[in-house]
Amino acid sequence: MSNKELEPLQDPGLPAHAHRKADHDEAAANRAERQVAILFLLSALGTVLFIYSYIFIENNIYIYIPILGNQHAQQLFLGLGFAIALFFIGAGAVHWAKTLMSDTEVIAERHEMRSSDEDRAALIATVKEEVGAVGLGRRSLIKRSLALSLGLVGISPLLLLRDLGPLPGDVLNQTTWAEGVHLVTDPGNRRLRPEDLEVGAVAHVLPEIEDPEHRSLNSIAKDALLLIRIRPEEFRLDAERLSWTYQGIIAFSKICSHMGCAVALYEQTTKHLLCPCHQSTFDVPTGAKVIFGPSARPLPQLAIKVDDAGYLVAAAPFNQAVGPSFWERKK
Amino acid sequence: MRKLSRLRRRKITAPVLLFLALIVVGNAYAFIGATVTTSGATASNARSTMVDEGRQIFLRGCSSCHGLNAEGGGIAPALIGVGAASVDFQVGTGRMPLADMSQQAMRKTPVYNEEETAALAEYVATLAPGPAIPGAAQLTYERDGNTAEGGELFRTNCAMCHNAAGQGGALTQGKYAPTVMGVEAKYIYEAMITGPQAMPVFGEKAITPAEKLSMIKWIKAVESEKGLGGASLGKVGPVTEGLVAWVLGIGLLIGIAVWLTTKSR
Repeated sequence: MSNKELEPLQDPGLPAHAHRKADHDEAAANRAERQVAILFLLSALGTVLFIYSYIFIENNIYIYIPILGNQHAQQLFLGLGFAIALFFIGAGAVHWAKTLMSDTEVIAERHEMRSSDEDRAALIATVKEEVGAVGLGRRSLIKRSLALSLGLVGISPLLLLRDLGPLPGDVLNQTTWAEGVHLVTDPGNRRLRPEDLEVGAVAHVLPEIEDPEHRSLNSIAKDALLLIRIRPEEFRLDAERLSWTYQGIIAFSKICSHMGCAVALYEQTTKHLLCPCHQSTFDVPTGAKVIFGPSARPLPQLAIKVDDAGYLVAAAPFNQAVGPSFWERKK
Repeated sequence: MRKLSRLRRRKITAPVLLFLALIVVGNAYAFIGATVTTSGATASNARSTMVDEGRQIFLRGCSSCHGLNAEGGGIAPALIGVGAASVDFQVGTGRMPLADMSQQAMRKTPVYNEEETAALAEYVATLAPGPAIPGAAQLTYERDGNTAEGGELFRTNCAMCHNAAGQGGALTQGKYAPTVMGVEAKYIYEAMITGPQAMPVFGEKAITPAEKLSMIKWIKAVESEKGLGGASLGKVGPVTEGLVAWVLGIGLLIGIAVWLTTKSR
């Protein structure tokens, strides 16, 4: 074998540039021009449709479109018109660029980025001269006061960080629930008696307050409670937790211990409570023990009892913070 | 005429007429009274016939799972005390009898007609007191409902399972909360007071009848709501929206990108 045969494969280089049909065929070029014009005209028609639907289509007309169903005609054609108008401007421009604009390949030369030594020296000399002319070197009062003002402006945004506070303090550990607070329906604000709940029933309740019309959202987000009634013999709770229930009625915080969604998907057959956000599943008879999902803790249980008039009331505040974990949460 | 007037003036006439009148009134009373009692007897007979008929249907169609006396079994709950409303809901919507032993009883064409369903309900209602079927006089949601209040109630009590727009949603292990769109007001009401399958009970005290009517009115309002914002995609939120965006939207963008980069000839 000779040396020549052992040489590696030669770089074949770029293929020769093939010009498009429109570059050498006048008829093809004219055809491409017409195509681009048609695309732009379609865009113009889209705008006309947009204007027409805005002015002439009544606001109460619904038309049936297969798959989409009954649609509001004006909204539909406004959207379609605008979409057509924008899309075909782009389509026309792209088609124009691809078929008619010059496709000659140009090689751009790359040069060194660094300026020449003379240019650099000249710049430094200019800067020095200008600084001397302004007089910053001599007028130290101006220099210092300027530094002060610039510095203050610079650090002033730090002040706005104050709005991240104040720290919540003990607020997250407290709810409106306390001994003797009545359980009222949400919405409706009616007190409940134990006999109002059948076995298998649930009720969404909030603490009774003086002005239920102006209940603050922040308090609802911590106070929301779910009452569930099952057969008392189905509970598998220790004596203390069992004493927090009343004749099969058990009360759990509705705020998920994972991310704070409202846990209220209750399956009567399995006695599971589900959180709709991340599918944490809590087992009601065992005191909302987590049996599936990302939640780390059972839902807090509220001790309930009946007052002298026969209404359900809280027997004690929650014994722990409700809702998701936070840094200062007492374990 | 003269003969008649002479007769009238006789002494005996008054007592004889009084006697005849008494006989007529007495007989008429006996006759009418008898009619009243017989018609009453017919009504109660019809009722017990209906219960009997219901019992016969129950024995034929339901007892193999629910037990001969509706006491329940290993695969089916007891029906004592579930009330007529529960039977009307389960049988009237075709959920019972079950087509198969899957997780969820689905709505399908009812097996029993209206009279048979009514008879079954009547029979089960005699076993123990339970929720009754709400009558048309009770379902005056058009007149008494409050749509805004109904929406608030629906969002608190129903939306987590049945979706915020009432389109239904998934539960665990193949169970699901069915859509409430297109469901008759009677069945919505019955579902709330009886708690069918995985659904909890929403009793008449926890949610008053008036509040239930408001919820039904809201559901009916959503049902007839026309789409303002283009395709609703089933109103189930991010699932179908994501599917359309990822498959159709990104597919379209890929197509455009391919077109952009192909060299024209």
